[in-house]
Amino acid sequence: MAEVAFGKVAITFTVNGVERTVETYPMARLLDVLREELRLTGTKEGCGEGECGACSAFVDGKLVNTCLVPVIQARGATIETIEGLATGDELHAVQQAFIDAGGAQCGICTPGMVLATVALLREHPDPNEAQIREGLAGNLCRCTGYIKIFDSVATAARAIRAREDASGHGGGAA
Amino acid sequence: MRANVPQYDVVAPPTLAEALALMAREPGVWTPLAGGTDLMVLFEAGKLPPGRYLSIWGLPELAGIQVTADAVTLGALTTYGEIRANATVQADLPMLVRAARETGAIAIQNRGTIGGNIANASPAADSPPALVAYDAALTLISAAGTRTTAFRGFHTGYKRMDLRPGELVQSVRVLRRPAADGWVHFYKKVGTRAFQAISKVGFAGCAQVVDGVAREVRIGLASVAPTVLVAAHTEAALEGARVADPGLEARAAQAMVRDVTAIDDIRSTARYRSQVAANLAAAFVRALRERG
Amino acid sequence: MGKYVGQSMPRKEGTDKVTGRSLYVDDIVLDGMIHGTTVRSAVPHGRITGIRFDPAIPWDEFVIVTAADVPGENVVTMLIADQPFLAHDVIRHPDEPVVLLAHPDKHLLAAAREHVHIDVDPLPTVFDIESSLQCNTLLFGADNVFKRFDMTKGDVDAAFARDDVVIVEGSYETGAQEQMYIEPMGMIAVAAPGQGVTVWGSLQCPYYVHKALKPLFGLPAEQVRVVQTVTGGGFGGKEEYPSILAGHAALLSWKAGGVPVKIIYDRAEDLACTTKRHPSRTRHRTAVTRDGELVAMDIDFVLDGGAYATLSAVVLSRGTIHACGPYRCPNARVVGRAVATNLPPHGAFRGFGAPQSIFALERHLDHVARAVGLPPEELRRRNLLNRGDTTATSQTIEEAIDLGAMLDDALNIAGWAEKKAAFAVHNADPANTTKKGMGLATFFHGSGFTGSGEVYLASVVGVEAGPGGHVTVLAASTEIGQGTNTIFSQIAADALRIPYELVEVAQPDTARVPDSGPTVASRTCMVVGRLVQDASEALVSTLRDATFLKAGDYTAEQFAGAVDAYLERFGTLRIYSKYKQPPGVVWDDKTYRGAAYAAFGWAAYVAEVEVDTLTYSAKVTDFVAVQDIGTLINPQLAAGQVEGGVAQAIGWAIYEGVDWREGHMANNQMTNYIIPTAADVPPIRVYFHSVPFSYGPSGAKGVGELPMDGPAPAILNAIEDAIGVSIRRAPALPEDIMEAVLAAAGPTTSEVNHG
Repeated sequence: MAEVAFGKVAITFTVNGVERTVETYPMARLLDVLREELRLTGTKEGCGEGECGACSAFVDGKLVNTCLVPVIQARGATIETIEGLATGDELHAVQQAFIDAGGAQCGICTPGMVLATVALLREHPDPNEAQIREGLAGNLCRCTGYIKIFDSVATAARAIRAREDASGHGGGAA
Repeated sequence: MRANVPQYDVVAPPTLAEALALMAREPGVWTPLAGGTDLMVLFEAGKLPPGRYLSIWGLPELAGIQVTADAVTLGALTTYGEIRANATVQADLPMLVRAARETGAIAIQNRGTIGGNIANASPAADSPPALVAYDAALTLISAAGTRTTAFRGFHTGYKRMDLRPGELVQSVRVLRRPAADGWVHFYKKVGTRAFQAISKVGFAGCAQVVDGVAREVRIGLASVAPTVLVAAHTEAALEGARVADPGLEARAAQAMVRDVTAIDDIRSTARYRSQVAANLAAAFVRALRERG
Repeated sequence: MGKYVGQSMPRKEGTDKVTGRSLYVDDIVLDGMIHGTTVRSAVPHGRITGIRFDPAIPWDEFVIVTAADVPGENVVTMLIADQPFLAHDVIRHPDEPVVLLAHPDKHLLAAAREHVHIDVDPLPTVFDIESSLQCNTLLFGADNVFKRFDMTKGDVDAAFARDDVVIVEGSYETGAQEQMYIEPMGMIAVAAPGQGVTVWGSLQCPYYVHKALKPLFGLPAEQVRVVQTVTGGGFGGKEEYPSILAGHAALLSWKAGGVPVKIIYDRAEDLACTTKRHPSRTRHRTAVTRDGELVAMDIDFVLDGGAYATLSAVVLSRGTIHACGPYRCPNARVVGRAVATNLPPHGAFRGFGAPQSIFALERHLDHVARAVGLPPEELRRRNLLNRGDTTATSQTIEEAIDLGAMLDDALNIAGWAEKKAAFAVHNADPANTTKKGMGLATFFHGSGFTGSGEVYLASVVGVEAGPGGHVTVLAASTEIGQGTNTIFSQIAADALRIPYELVEVAQPDTARVPDSGPTVASRTCMVVGRLVQDASEALVSTLRDATFLKAGDYTAEQFAGAVDAYLERFGTLRIYSKYKQPPGVVWDDKTYRGAAYAAFGWAAYVAEVEVDTLTYSAKVTDFVAVQDIGTLINPQLAAGQVEGGVAQAIGWAIYEGVDWREGHMANNQMTNYIIPTAADVPPIRVYFHSVPFSYGPSGAKGVGELPMDGPAPAILNAIEDAIGVSIRRAPALPEDIMEAVLAAAGPTTSEVNHG
């Protein structure tokens, strides 16, 4: 091939609390780096164009589509993927709610949908229906018709609030 | 993924000065890359030209929203999420909030920037119609310094704009338009669905209604012309008009049909775009009338 | 009912899915694995004159496969042998596979694909049903018709000649629809001469793939192994196409001497080349008395099959049989045809032809009702099938269903009468730029294969007990999100009378599980689930017969003890059950008469819409779905099936249009093919009437496809109710609604809507 090829660079970031360094091309998608270099395959690819949200992860606390992030822009970032959500064997309240309320069917959108729900509940701990719909509009699901996902969000919100009420403080939702 | 990744270089200078110096030193070589919500889509499809890219994401000099008594200045890297969350913008420039809120969905809004939306020069972008309607001023910066230009007229043709080699969008400044002063804001994005949609017609109209008369009428549209459209005929038809005039809706709609130069594409038809733009011009008149 | 059947047991693989631990095919990496890709035709029809490889690419690094490399037969084994794995002479549709490439570097592979040039001498093209029927260009046989069915009941011509009937005619169309499973197609293969072929992938029907791979490589059954990996949605889309993809991956591996090859389609490729719902055109001619009694239906139903026959004949069959709906009509004539075009082959998609013919019927009945001055619900009520009545295939309804009660329920829950009245007032006010409307559909859907299909399939299920009383269900039925693992576990646990946690469902792997038929046709629960129950009960009998388990109740520990004792004595405990046709199910393929299905699901749906007269966009604002699917094995999963089906049908009704350009899908991106998001679906209110079906597991019937049938006509009926303009084609995109509104307004009307 006649075209020029550029070199790899070393990029360090923190993933699920662990500092990692990868040698890769600066334009490599964060999605591919997570899946192929770090073998964190819970982050899925459904479209590659920021439309379906299956590749959602948190970068510096913000929900992003990792298919649209060149890895060089994640240098020094704090990244949280679906693999880092549970605490050991204890599922996060949102994960448990998706099981209990039937929010997962084929499961391919589920990691992204769960993380989008976590983001939603950080912003709106007691979301109304319009906030749920808007908060999840970037995550496509073809199985559920979203109804059981809405139920899952409501279930999770209740569980998180109940836990906080029990522990006597209101901060740090989800 | 259809791009051959090694054929793309990206550098990420830590300061704006270094970024501008690099662009000045090698003019035409470096393409700026902000939040990636447009360029990375092209990259995936194998349609982004191989070459060298300059990541400006995270440059502090281009971030942040400044509010003064009469204006709001948005740094080029202000994300849609930040625009949505700003109380002053919510109160006095609600069409920018609507545009931000209806661009993609949350994850896109956390990465997409106002400067990127301007410099990508897509005729379907959501914030440019609001910037037309708010008569925004752009500040552009290069190693040689800054200059300010009106947003209306900045885009000169399909994906073409008055941006010189080595220049970046630094910020966009908009005068505050409080409802208490008679400002009417009318924004309607007609997308393919409620969110996560590209517009088929985007309409932003703003005017000050005082004593039943419309003044400072500014209307911008998306997706009905090769670039963001300044609806000059419609603005002229409404400027100084009495909003109670029963013939005003029809005149606005007829003027709008003259303004638009819509085409058929995979998202919609020229007929639809033209008809809906005309309907929205008439609806804008009704919004002005409610205020008058 | 037992302890678990009827309960909303949590999804068996739920924890793996919510934690991201489930391994889908693209998550799997084998040692030494390389990547494969496909070079496709750019033209819709033509003769291949040459394949050129641009010397800019170091081709010696690549594995290259063309039709010449196929070791066995280059034909995808389906109904008839017309579709090649790789085109070698004639290209029949855009994006048809011609050359396969593999390389360790997938980025280089993507670039190399652009450097293979296929030279083609163009041939004349056909892109729609009417052109195909005109036969100016012949693509298949003497008349472009892949398959034709003629179904008749009574004396249609005599009925139309009666002087007491009104005759109502109408023509209706539906567009292609993409399944849009969120996980694109993918497959991994290891294949080599002497070692056989193994594939792992995202698929619905392991034994279909198995059947296709044997002749491709000329191998006996035992040298071909197909394993389903966790599958991210199917909806019919992964019924037939995975056979082609598996063949491609295996051909590359075979040529590479057994190196593992993975092919994962990106979204653009998946949309462009894989099967979609058949476009349709249906003409109705109906004779109805002035008091609304349906006297005769004359229906001409045509599907666009695309470039190859694939499964079109069976899709057509189901569409034809459902064309007259759940109505008592003594005289009926349905002609069904599937025709050839130069589009990529259309295929299986939830509903399988029935949504198309039901769309036409349920839209048409609103027009019939208007013609005789009856409200749409009243016309239907006067003609609904009841127990003892016969369908259009002369099948007598034996079940105690009450569709009229379901219709009344749906209307009451939806607030039909009150809302209709309120909307009439709302719509009459010119200040309201939104118009509101209500629409309904009543319909049925046959569970399982049509006619003698289940007898031919002769499905088998195994149940194997291991140490400690752990039981594994062995079935080829795949979990694709719909809940197979969970309901099979519930059914088995109850039949075995052991805890749910002791049952697991084996990963479908043709080396381990018997052929329980494909995961299609709403048959998994009713047909295969019943086999799970039968095998489980037989396993208990075996333990009792061997006297390891005493008569009467037993505990889990006693069961485990019995299994362990049996295993110690006999080594293994594995019981198979095989499909038996319920008595009285008699079907005649020649006359298309008889019991088309062992059971039907029944439903009455009501849609409420709002149409924005400024933008001509419709939005569904409320949806009520009342249905009878027999006993509910798992209410949460059943409701999930209905909600998902309704949402998918809402997409088909008002959002999802395929933009064909010279036979190529031009909008082959998720950003341009619009499926509903969380912000676009209405509340979907699901209610069940549960009349147990005697031959289903604990009385259950099928559910998967039923909810796809009714929403689109109900929604378009509601749109007509809202704006007073009839749209006869789905999808009704805003552009279509605008054109209909402007056409209805006439040429003299102002271009501008003043609201």
